Amino acid sequence: MNEKAPLDRDERISNLKGMGCSRKRVEDVRFTQGRGNYVDDVKLPGMLFGDFVRSPYAHARIKSIDTEAAKAIPGVIAVLTAADLAPLNLHWMPTLAGDKQMVLADGKVLFQGQEVAFVVAEDRYAAADGIEAVVVDYEELPVITDPFKALADDAVVLREDLEAGADGAHGPRRHHNHIFLWEAGDKTTTEQAIDSADVVAEEMVYYHRTHPCPLETCGSVASMDKITGKLTLWGTFQAPHVVRTVASLLSGIEEHNIRVISPDIGGGFGNKVGVYPGYVCSIVASIVTGKPVKWVEDRMENLMATAFARDYWMKGRISATKEGKITGLECHVTADHGAFDACADPTKFPAGFFHICTGSYDIPTAYVGVDGVYTNKAPGGVAYRCSFRVTEAAYFIERMIEVLAIELDMDAAELRRINFIRQDQFPYQSALGWEYDSGDYHTAWDKAMAAVGYDDLRKEQAEMVEAFKRGESRKLLGIGLTHFTEIVGAGPVKNCDILGMGMFDSCEIRIHPTGSAIARLGTISQGQGHATTFAQILATEIGIQADSITVEEGDTDTAPYGLGTYGSRSTPVAGAATAMAGRKIRAKAQMIAAYLLEVHDDDVEFDVDRFVVKGAPERFKTMKEIAYAAYNQAIPGVEPGLEAVSYYDPPNMTYPFGAYICVMEIDVDTGTHHVRQMYALDDCGTRINPMVIDGQVHGGLTEAYAIAMGQEIAYDEIGNCKTGTLMDFFIPTSFETPHYTTDHTVTPSPHHPIGAKGVGESPNVGGVPAFSNAVHDAFRAFGLRQSHMPHDQWRIWETANKLGMHA
Amino acid sequence: MIPAAFEYHRPSDIAAALSILTEYGDDARVIAGGHSLVPMMKLRMAEVPHLIDLQDIGTLRGIDVGADRIRIGAMTTQHDLINHDALTNAAPTIRETALQIADPQVRYMGTIGGNVANGDPGNDMPALMQCLDATFYLTGPNGERTVSAREFYFAAYATDREDDEILTAIEFAHPMPGFAYEKQKRKIGDYATAAAAVLIQRDGERCTGASIAMTNLSDTPVFAEDAAATLVGTAVDSAAIAAAIEAMQQAIDPSEDNRGPVPFKRHIAGVVLQRAIERAWSRA
Ligand SMILES: Cc1cc2nc3c(=O)[nH]c(=O)nc-3n(C[C@H](O)[C@H](O)[C@H](O)COP(=O)(O)OP(=O)(O)OC[C@H]3O[C@@H](n4cnc5c(N)ncnc54)[C@H](O)[C@@H]3O)c2cc1C
Repeated sequence: MNEKAPLDRDERISNLKGMGCSRKRVEDVRFTQGRGNYVDDVKLPGMLFGDFVRSPYAHARIKSIDTEAAKAIPGVIAVLTAADLAPLNLHWMPTLAGDKQMVLADGKVLFQGQEVAFVVAEDRYAAADGIEAVVVDYEELPVITDPFKALADDAVVLREDLEAGADGAHGPRRHHNHIFLWEAGDKTTTEQAIDSADVVAEEMVYYHRTHPCPLETCGSVASMDKITGKLTLWGTFQAPHVVRTVASLLSGIEEHNIRVISPDIGGGFGNKVGVYPGYVCSIVASIVTGKPVKWVEDRMENLMATAFARDYWMKGRISATKEGKITGLECHVTADHGAFDACADPTKFPAGFFHICTGSYDIPTAYVGVDGVYTNKAPGGVAYRCSFRVTEAAYFIERMIEVLAIELDMDAAELRRINFIRQDQFPYQSALGWEYDSGDYHTAWDKAMAAVGYDDLRKEQAEMVEAFKRGESRKLLGIGLTHFTEIVGAGPVKNCDILGMGMFDSCEIRIHPTGSAIARLGTISQGQGHATTFAQILATEIGIQADSITVEEGDTDTAPYGLGTYGSRSTPVAGAATAMAGRKIRAKAQMIAAYLLEVHDDDVEFDVDRFVVKGAPERFKTMKEIAYAAYNQAIPGVEPGLEAVSYYDPPNMTYPFGAYICVMEIDVDTGTHHVRQMYALDDCGTRINPMVIDGQVHGGLTEAYAIAMGQEIAYDEIGNCKTGTLMDFFIPTSFETPHYTTDHTVTPSPHHPIGAKGVGESPNVGGVPAFSNAVHDAFRAFGLRQSHMPHDQWRIWETANKLGMHA
Repeated sequence: MIPAAFEYHRPSDIAAALSILTEYGDDARVIAGGHSLVPMMKLRMAEVPHLIDLQDIGTLRGIDVGADRIRIGAMTTQHDLINHDALTNAAPTIRETALQIADPQVRYMGTIGGNVANGDPGNDMPALMQCLDATFYLTGPNGERTVSAREFYFAAYATDREDDEILTAIEFAHPMPGFAYEKQKRKIGDYATAAAAVLIQRDGERCTGASIAMTNLSDTPVFAEDAAATLVGTAVDSAAIAAAIEAMQQAIDPSEDNRGPVPFKRHIAGVVLQRAIERAWSRA
């Protein structure tokens, strides 16, 4: 027999490797063989290297900069200072948050590690020698590292460039170091509800400053071709199209003459959303020298000077009835933004989506106010693997629930259960103004409780407390509970924009004559596996095997305009655009199939990888045949070719959620811990690739573990960064990393074309409170209410010590 | 993170290395595994115009387990220490300690000579060498001399070694049978928050000999002679251990850093010493 037996329907589905399939990541072939192509792999003829002279001081006036000796060093081509950039008006640049930031120090420095001068040289070595030879005369000024002290009447003025008393980008500034006050909810009714409640819990919850610390640091290569007038810019950009627009607006170069390329990116986690002085300086240096200029920062520069995350002091009050029904929530945040407000949030949301802080609970009234404050620390405030300030919000509410449980003398799992938004309440209007699209929290919670054997764990915990009290053991058990609700997929153009660009996203598909395809998106993978998963969405939508679909992102000359990848927006927004573009392809394919089968358009229907005549499944045209026909037949009333593009403006955010439980043993004497179990149930709606989801959850949980248990950006009182290397900035190795158990429920998003919600950030959002709550829970029986992260050894030891457990 | 320019020398015997050292004086420094020196050069905290690589000098490498004494060449890597069966049989504490240094990548390069010559109070081998009562062999322009590990360390990065001397070997007698190196650190690849090296000799229920030294609790390794003395003659019961910890506390002088404040470090010093004594006693 020559012909193979026709494939049955299941085989055809599995050949597609479409949605739901644990398809292996196509990117990994090159990544695991060292064949990735990162910014630092870009090597151009005649390329120069730029590197920064950075401030050793956190606050100082610059009296003079002498670059003569540096320029005399062999191989040094130029040294740029603010004075050189000023005529181009590039010594300052706008930030994404409506503030402005020095590109090179203009008269003073405001944080340690700030860019002071840019040395351009023939190679990195000469640049490094040049840096040593630049002589900067500083006059030290008083340093403020504490945002509360920054707001004292007599605090030194940090931002002398801002006019006293003038409004900022987000309204009135009430103090010279104040940036904005942003509010949501109803303050009066909230105060009334809390003040008249049976039970009130009040606590200061601090989410410390940390850093996304992607494996690959930030960098760029700028190449200005003076003959064509075209600027090509390779860089570690999470939003290449926005970078092109900003570069055009800043430089005056027309946008069609700028090509921005994000090549492979070795992790971003929010760190690569903003615009850094290095990008601007490499562009200017290329224009000045006429040669390509590369800038790539080292690890210490990345940790000390590029965007940090968190640093939120959250003072909360939560109230409830005696039975534990929550009646109100109030939060006032003092947000330390560092020297410049360089947060990466949608423009109208200076505190991001922090007002998702009512979490998974049905809270009738709530209020939040966020004060942004300047200090002498590095700028940033980016969404480190989260949607804008959602990690802070989740940590806040999950701590407040625990504290309320203590106040009520109630089990914290039960307290959550009786306050969850019920399934029949969705779509749910939160007191702070969000419409939660869907959820089924009770089902997820019950599944999680059963999976970990919650009741037995509580018994074991109680026995360990007794053994400790009897002096037989020095170990405690903590059960860290979390039920988080995220808000991702920014977002609807009507209220979400970045520098005026609406936060839609896009996909363009071309089907080739032989039935394979290329899809280009406005997003950019930094390791998430877009080339794998977006091909799967398309495979299911258009019936072409995922293995026959190339997914390309990151080159603004070829990809359609999009707002990039962060805030778990790629699947909710670009993934939706992909499905919608696929549906346009399918609609045209239907017409072609009907023509080929000589029936009316309505008489064919899509079936996995083909259109079949309704009621006559033996009469069909495969997508391969249809693609060929699109290019080789004159079909009346149908244009040749098979292409589609979709720009998707999401009607709402998506609201992934999850139930995480961490079981942790703590050694009271050493402050060390052992994570016995970390159970993570995620509901991200429709699951495109379960293996990729698992990978995302494992990675995010590991970051969450790091943040909760040791990772921080810390400063001493004169503003020296104490954690500028990986010796002190905690990145867990395989040895420290806990084992994880993943699980899921599926509650599809009702408004998303394929029901998907995004998952990449959930484990960071939910993981941090789970680990932190485990530490707190271990000490609950001994009177602990609140302690500050990170829970490294000495802080856990100190907690035990203060509770008198070493006596 | 780019060092200043330097000349690279790679002599093949000690005499040649010494002559380069003598020629360039302060401007020259030997490099062994480079895993302490190169980071310092990259941070430009050490500027070394002439770097003398010792790795081609074969006589500096090797482990010799003799009948009375054990001799280890300075250029022997930590990885080699871990994988040497005869050494592990004779002095298992070397392996236990070396395994707690950094990670495999560092241990493939880092040498015992570099670790003890470096003078960083965070290094683990110096305290162990004091615990073992090791002797260091130094060769300089005036020939060879020896110095006791217990007398070698003056302050952070200040040792008895002259700038023009090369450490060629360390040597120690077969150690007491009970041993333990107990180290608390934040993660793999971290230096000690506190660590204790303990050796114990046991006769029935009585301790007949003990040696104790502590890591990263002062600006030098701390040989806690009094602490060891309190154990001798006892049954190493909880009272004896408490007395040893008390004596050790008199000898250390920790300072605050990212690993924690002084009271925490003192507490951890006590915990690691207690655990080390208990483990060493159980093995004696
Ligand atoms: C990430 C990391 C983690 C680490 N963690 C630990 C740890 O937990 N515990 C620990 O003990 N160490 C640790 N180290 C240090 C490591 O063990 C080093 O290898 C060791 O301290 C120095 O040995 P080296 O052979 O690399 O010496 P080098 O770096 O080459 O030299 C160190 C110093 O000793 C001098 N020197 C070297 N050999 C000689 C010689 N024969 N004669 C005279 N002078 C000499 C050099 O001139 C230099 O001043 C760590 C290192 C790294 C990079």
